[in-house]
Amino acid sequence: MSEERYTYAVARVRAKESTLLNKAALDQLLACKTSEDCLRALAERGWGSENTHTAEEMLKAETEKTWQFLNSVLPDAHTLDVFRLSADFHNLKAAIKQVCTEQETPNVFCEGGTIPAAQILAAVQEQRFESLPAALAAPGRQCFDILLHTRDAQLCDLALDKACLEAIAQKGRCEKNEALRLYAETTVACADIRIAVRCCKTKKSAELIRQSLAECSSISVPLLAKAAAESTEAIAAYLLTTAYADGVEALKTSLSAFECWCDSFLIRRLQPQRYNPFTIGPLAGYLLARESEIKSVRLILSAKRNGLAEQTIRERLRECYV
Amino acid sequence: MFTNGLSWALLGAALAALGGGMGSAAGVGIAGQAAAGVVAEDPGKFGKVLILQLLPGTQGIYGLLVAFITLSSTGILGGTADVNMTMAKGLLYLAACLPIAIVGYVSGKRQGEVSAASIGLVAKRPDQSGKAIIFPAMVETYAILALLVSILAVTGATALPV
Repeated sequence: MSEERYTYAVARVRAKESTLLNKAALDQLLACKTSEDCLRALAERGWGSENTHTAEEMLKAETEKTWQFLNSVLPDAHTLDVFRLSADFHNLKAAIKQVCTEQETPNVFCEGGTIPAAQILAAVQEQRFESLPAALAAPGRQCFDILLHTRDAQLCDLALDKACLEAIAQKGRCEKNEALRLYAETTVACADIRIAVRCCKTKKSAELIRQSLAECSSISVPLLAKAAAESTEAIAAYLLTTAYADGVEALKTSLSAFECWCDSFLIRRLQPQRYNPFTIGPLAGYLLARESEIKSVRLILSAKRNGLAEQTIRERLRECYV
Repeated sequence: MFTNGLSWALLGAALAALGGGMGSAAGVGIAGQAAAGVVAEDPGKFGKVLILQLLPGTQGIYGLLVAFITLSSTGILGGTADVNMTMAKGLLYLAACLPIAIVGYVSGKRQGEVSAASIGLVAKRPDQSGKAIIFPAMVETYAILALLVSILAVTGATALPV
């Protein structure tokens, strides 16, 4: 079956791409003295709305705007579900912790999932996991039981993170579009590497590391788990034999530098897809670009609040899409 | 019915109008979707994207032109048609109409796709609208070549003593 054409949606995205923050715009934000100045500069560019007063409110409003726009141009709102799964699992994790610990944390849920956070919370509260989508139901029940019986939040996190990655990988394998497949594959592989490094640094057992990693085609889970059980050098040596060899330098610097490299790598991998004017590739690219610029803005605002040096911020900034 | 040459000639004229028209309809439709997307975000670009949307519309005109010349040459249009036209002559007219019928259909559709891509270019870089027109105009070359061949062939077929 041929892929659906997104001529109208891609044209709207093309028009929107000119409003994305480019390097010059990020430089302008970096040049601002305080985070308030940054917020003013962003508001002048149309960021936020009349009701947004704080940085978090502004960034949340921008995420909502992105999804509202994509939902308005996509014939099927579920087309980009592969991007929404991580929000679903985040909300599931937050709901399970909230219900098990009987403690409410404000603003812990995020928007942009395939189902509303309130629906997930209600399902967890009533333990009606079967009312959730299949990808969430089984891991939700399993992790709820784990947390309830062991009170081990880390174990619960590991299980849910793996379930999330498996759901993304599975969704990616079912996608017809190359951009969505690439997104799923790269996201899972990069997350596996990050998990492996964290496990290595906290000296987890090889068995636990292996259980925490999700299968993907560009990374061998047994080899990565084996390397993670040895040392970070062994992980770097293994990565040199994979498509993620360029990320080794960033990994040697720090995990946050590697995360930054992963985002930039993903944008670079999706670059060829953005030039096809009829597929969902440019829409996926736009969504990724928006997520990336929101991350960059969050980083700049946070750094300005904490008085970090400009050079320190620059090192962590993501590559611009435009 | 199809032993009569006039039927074949009429079929040729119909195919020329159909192929060119269908190609243009598809092309203008594709480019129109892209144009509507851009205008939804920036109504100020209407003029620029309209030109690009109209470019694939020419194949329909070429098809109409060849169909008109065929109908005129065979006398169907003026009411002076030779009802005893030989099958060979009718087939000559049909063959003469085929270049614009086929190339018109394919190039119209393809030009629409290129126009849609160029509309995306104009949306992002309005200052490049001149260059954006050149890309779909390249596809036009082949529709013009097919039009030329069809016109020459129809005119030539009329003069042939078949």
